Amino acid sequence: MYEIKFKQVLNPVTKMLVVQAPDIAKVCKAGQFVMIRVNETGERFPLTIADFDREKGTVTIVFQEVGKSTQLLGRLEVGDEILDFVGPLGKATHTDDIGTVVVIGGGCGSAIAYPVARAFKEAGNHLITINGARSMSLLLYREEMKKISDEAYETTDDGSCGVHGFVTTVLGDLIQQGRKIDLVFAVGPVPMMKFVAKTTEDKKIPTIVSLNSIMVDGTGMCGACRVTVGGQMKFACVDGPEFDGHEVDFDELMGRLNAYTKQEEKSEELYASESGGS
Amino acid sequence: MADEKKPKRKRKPPTKKEPMPEQDPSVRRGNFEEVALGYAAEAAIREAEKCMQCRNPKCVAGCPVDVPIKEFIALVREGKFMEAAEKIKETNTLPAICGRVCPQETQCEAKCIYGIRNEAIAIGRLERFVADFAREKGEPLPELPEKIGKQVAVVGSGPAGLTCAGDLIKLGYDVTIFEAFHKPGGVLMYGIPEFRLPKDIVEAEVEFLEKLGVKIRYNYVVGKIRQVKELMEEDGFDAVFLGTGAGAPNFMRIPGMTLVDVFSANEFLTRVNLMKGYLFPEYDTPVKIGQKVAVIGGGNVAMDAARTSLRLGAEEVYIVYRRSREQMPARLEEVHHAEEEGVQFKLLINPTEVIGDEKGNVIGMKCIRMELGEKDASGRRRPVPIEGSEFVMDVDTVIVAIGNSPNPIVTESIPGLELSKWGTIVIDEETGMSSIPGIFAGGDIVTGAATVISAMGAGKTAAEGIHKYLSEKKD
Ligand SMILES: Cc1cc2nc3c(=O)[nH]c(=O)nc-3n(C[C@H](O)[C@H](O)[C@H](O)COP(=O)(O)OP(=O)(O)OC[C@H]3O[C@@H](n4cnc5c(N)ncnc54)[C@H](O)[C@@H]3O)c2cc1C
Ligand code: FES
Repeated sequence: MYEIKFKQVLNPVTKMLVVQAPDIAKVCKAGQFVMIRVNETGERFPLTIADFDREKGTVTIVFQEVGKSTQLLGRLEVGDEILDFVGPLGKATHTDDIGTVVVIGGGCGSAIAYPVARAFKEAGNHLITINGARSMSLLLYREEMKKISDEAYETTDDGSCGVHGFVTTVLGDLIQQGRKIDLVFAVGPVPMMKFVAKTTEDKKIPTIVSLNSIMVDGTGMCGACRVTVGGQMKFACVDGPEFDGHEVDFDELMGRLNAYTKQEEKSEELYASESGGS
Repeated sequence: MADEKKPKRKRKPPTKKEPMPEQDPSVRRGNFEEVALGYAAEAAIREAEKCMQCRNPKCVAGCPVDVPIKEFIALVREGKFMEAAEKIKETNTLPAICGRVCPQETQCEAKCIYGIRNEAIAIGRLERFVADFAREKGEPLPELPEKIGKQVAVVGSGPAGLTCAGDLIKLGYDVTIFEAFHKPGGVLMYGIPEFRLPKDIVEAEVEFLEKLGVKIRYNYVVGKIRQVKELMEEDGFDAVFLGTGAGAPNFMRIPGMTLVDVFSANEFLTRVNLMKGYLFPEYDTPVKIGQKVAVIGGGNVAMDAARTSLRLGAEEVYIVYRRSREQMPARLEEVHHAEEEGVQFKLLINPTEVIGDEKGNVIGMKCIRMELGEKDASGRRRPVPIEGSEFVMDVDTVIVAIGNSPNPIVTESIPGLELSKWGTIVIDEETGMSSIPGIFAGGDIVTGAATVISAMGAGKTAAEGIHKYLSEKKD
């Protein structure tokens, strides 16, 4: 059992939990993920490690409540326990010193982008961050991002904060201006990652994306997470979750992510009715 | 003494096994309860009484874990079921499981001398009866020797790991199993369906081991959370057994394998068995099943996936296999059960493409007919495509059950570990030791996907190997 040590509501749909998991905290690295099962009847689902504290033995997760499982998780309070918490899984991000790096986080993805950005900064890179969301209230990790960035941009779809537009608006501008960019790292909704990869394609700027496939085991034993990368089948849980954005078949990924929409709705409805819609 | 030599004595007709009571096929294809119901005591005694108690029994030579078959059957004849169970457990840690899923027809029962003229003694069914009887009665714990004061780590809680752990604890070692999943049993838990092997039986067998003192740590992916080297150098384990199985699913190299309604049998069965997806939405893990399901493959895994599909409500379920019926690696009993339940066999057919619509849903499967040609390396006649025989099969779900490869997480995390070209661990057959002293291995991770009992045999061999190694090792 994995005890929750701290909880924070980041915005109306996003929560952060700091979980006691010393063995994982000891060895995990930015870019890796954990598999979670909240209770005995729960499903297993992956969440990227948003932060960790080796001394306190904690692992931080940030998630959007998008279905029954994340809602269940979001209901847990400090002192409650998560039944299963498996990790660290997947490959870690390579955060070498390569020059100028643009780290892009979209929506909940900013929580995952943050430790990666920090690692790039610590490695000695010139760090540009682009933090995007639909609206100001949904922007995450604003101060944290600014603090570690050499240049920090914010974008909102509705213009309520920062640049009015998408993360690709800013990225496109930077490229237009002829800025030397050695690497782009993007994590967020699939369409966002797809368009980031499109934006950098012409100039062949190396672009890494972190994929959030459906997973069952997270250890390479089921293939639920398979994605096509460069025409080859890869398992996101063991070969990734990070891949070359120019090689990923995003449309296929989107289709696969929607595979269980009907069942998920049913599960969520039932849960809402059982829990009195609260 | 009467003279036995009568000329031309009329021989009795060959006897058959006591029949196994089973759920009716038309009923069971709609539920997940166990298909075979098990012998009643009278039937077990009747069956046991046929055993000739051969002076030189051959049956035991067919058993990879040397179950004292003759002796336990003798006890069944006397109605001493608890004693019979104890007898089996002397060499077999998981009899209720073996009695259900072992291919006895190619092992002990194939060697049965009574079976030369008759149907062999139903050794598997008797084993199952005895194990179930003892479990329901509550088994006494065997006496354990004093602790040796040495620790062994077992990685993976499939049949190989469980057997190795059980044997080592009985020798006086401290044993900790590290398991990646949240439940024990490996394939027994996530692969083989409830209707063939009820999960509470697996859990009961594991609980018995825990009562003997075996510790189990779940959610512990060795190679990720901790390295084998660290287990040995920092955590005080004197030896490590790797029983991590062949869990990585193979897909076909044809277009359409990443479509939404294409699943590996592993994913499909894991959702249903381990995650209890058949109880959705009571359990949260969803399972997708269409009306017309093609299961590609001809092994036990394919049969399990097909029979599970039926139970989830699919209307038509096809086994699509590129060779002929005789060459199917599945156990005869499983094929028979699948057929009874209404699974349709499409033999000598090979898929060449799974066709999807723009959303990634499966709308058909292109296939080609095959015929048998020359023998290949495996000694089976090689299937060759018949030119111009392509056709499209009307299906909306495809389950791929064409085999599993070793999961590389552990093996890749151990520098210097010798692997075969298939990624399996190379061991010394006699001791189970790998190329690195103190690291042992067995089961599917060594042989590639095989059987429960061969994995158990390997766990046993390794336990002996570990005992020998640690007894001889001077610290
Ligand atoms: C659907 C299906 C049906 C089958 N039917 C039959 C049958 O009827 N009869 C029969 O004899 N055989 C059958 N088999 C084959 C049989 O189940 C296997 O040969 C046997 O289970 C192999 O045992 P094992 O202990 O080597 O590995 P597994 O049972 O695969 O167990 C390996 C365990 O190791 C764990 N593990 C893996 N990596 C790690 C890690 N890094 N850290 C910690 N733990 C790890 C896994 O989670 C798993 O629990 C079937 C197989 C399948 C898939
Ligand atoms: S989640 Fe099962 S293989 Fe990746």
